[in-house]
Amino acid sequence: MRTELNIGFLPLVDACLPILAQEHGFAEEEGLVLRLVKDFSWATVLDRLLYGHSDAAHLVAPLAIATTLGRGRPAQPLSVPVVLGLNGNAITMRPELAARVGQPGRLGDPAKVGAALAKIALERAAAGNPMRFGIVHRYSSHNYMMRYWLAASGIRPDKDVEILTVPPPFCADALAAGEVDVICVGEPWNSVAVAKGVGVIVLVTAQIWRRGVEKVLALREPVMEDQRMPVEALIRALRKAGEHFVNRENWDVNAAILARSEYLDGDARLIKRAISDRLLLVRGKESVHFPDFMFQHREAANFPWVSQAQWLYTQMVRWDGLPYDPKDAETAARVFRPDVYRSALAGTGEPLPGASSKVEGSLTGPTAVGMQQGDMVMTNNSFFDGLAFDPSDIPGYLAKLA
Amino acid sequence: MHNSTMRIAIIDESPARASVIHEGLAALDGCEIFVVSERNGLLARIGEIAPDIVLMDLGNPSRDVLEEYFAVSRALDRPIAMFVDESDEESIAASVEAGVSAYVVDGLAPNRIRPLLDLAVRRFRAFARLQSDLAEAKGKLAERESIDKAKRILMDSRGLAEHEAYAELRRTAMNQGKRIADIAEALITAHELMGGNR
Repeated sequence: MRTELNIGFLPLVDACLPILAQEHGFAEEEGLVLRLVKDFSWATVLDRLLYGHSDAAHLVAPLAIATTLGRGRPAQPLSVPVVLGLNGNAITMRPELAARVGQPGRLGDPAKVGAALAKIALERAAAGNPMRFGIVHRYSSHNYMMRYWLAASGIRPDKDVEILTVPPPFCADALAAGEVDVICVGEPWNSVAVAKGVGVIVLVTAQIWRRGVEKVLALREPVMEDQRMPVEALIRALRKAGEHFVNRENWDVNAAILARSEYLDGDARLIKRAISDRLLLVRGKESVHFPDFMFQHREAANFPWVSQAQWLYTQMVRWDGLPYDPKDAETAARVFRPDVYRSALAGTGEPLPGASSKVEGSLTGPTAVGMQQGDMVMTNNSFFDGLAFDPSDIPGYLAKLA
Repeated sequence: MHNSTMRIAIIDESPARASVIHEGLAALDGCEIFVVSERNGLLARIGEIAPDIVLMDLGNPSRDVLEEYFAVSRALDRPIAMFVDESDEESIAASVEAGVSAYVVDGLAPNRIRPLLDLAVRRFRAFARLQSDLAEAKGKLAERESIDKAKRILMDSRGLAEHEAYAELRRTAMNQGKRIADIAEALITAHELMGGNR
């Protein structure tokens, strides 16, 4: 008797793990049938999750926390037993702007690009024509990464520049029409803008935070408790799908699967670029390899570190303009469930860190990590400005950012 | 605000569906209805309409844009939020099921919203039914064309009369436990592989 799970997703490359878990039979090996439910806005993915059309969803990580805290609608507790990937987004600019802040065809240095951008942004603000930045959702990692970078570059979001929501399929058009100067979006949408000649990829978000938490698998907390065995089986299937996904021998076949009309309905060549961490930054030039552009598997990438949830909470405090609340911080931290992840993978060959929380952004080079199971060396996880986030002192961190 | 006209904005990129919803809601007293089918200028249009209720289909990619606008916009005098009536989870679940989301201005009484939402849900369902009927009709038409084509192949290649060709298709379908249309498709494909024209 196989358990069926409905999984909501948006057509993005980082919806790959549940899709491939089903397509390659990893779900079946675990006694599961995954039914993938495609939608076109995070609002609808979330509605389907909250009203039981889906059992679990591919979700922007901050939205799981915002929903639990009741930001924008009555609170409903969500749980994240597994992270679907780190980073995988890029910052794409209108070509003439890209030429002014960097060297089109090469990924810039985020600090230098930020400094060049600040000059232009402040001029534009003074002239009463503020620059506009498109992000995909208020509660998205895109929004937080972009704001982190802008603020650290001396640009005040919402004051010096406008930040607005642009759905991924409309990003290229919004750049072309001049509705926005810059977008931060996941793949394949940056590459689509490049292919149309309306955008140039200037940075990838992995340059802002080398190990930034991106999409998660979210469930309603009561559903996760009720369905504990299938959820754990799903985590194992997703880990196997991740191993398949990062193996270069499978890139072509996986790009072809993801490109299908029922999934991304896109161009397999563009999707393969993201999978292979190789991006074409400018139309007509050579592609550029940025290792760890997308990070779906290695270094226990799927482990839901409590400190990741806590970092997202700090950014929510920062940009929603609400005071730090220790109770909210605690609630946000509990959304990420390393205990479930561990229980799912105990006794397998999968690496399980000994700690549930870490100082984010503290590593600049390879470091062996204390493990409950397996061995693991973690590499550079720094923020571009060198600041580290110590989850044991959230108010101290917020004070540094202010 | 409580007894005056309710201003309802229907945002739907499918003009056909928007008009089906519009038609349904037009039957309600005390409502003024605005239909927005264009993505460009969506937020400016909503600002002009100053709606009490916004209905939007769940498949619309602009939902996140709209929610962001409702969350932060100072352009709106009155806050609007997604309609989440905790006393009536079922009606919300039904609207998600039917594929419509409702945003309601702060302070509007649930007993004014619910009949409207119920009606919108019924119209959304009616539209979905129309579409599936249409898809089915199209499918049937395509099947009839394949069967005609298969008959012609049999008539040409084996010198059968039309009724004999059809009987042959039907007999094969019955023997194999398949639909006549499937046998016809298989025959057409085989014919193409053998170098015939489609």
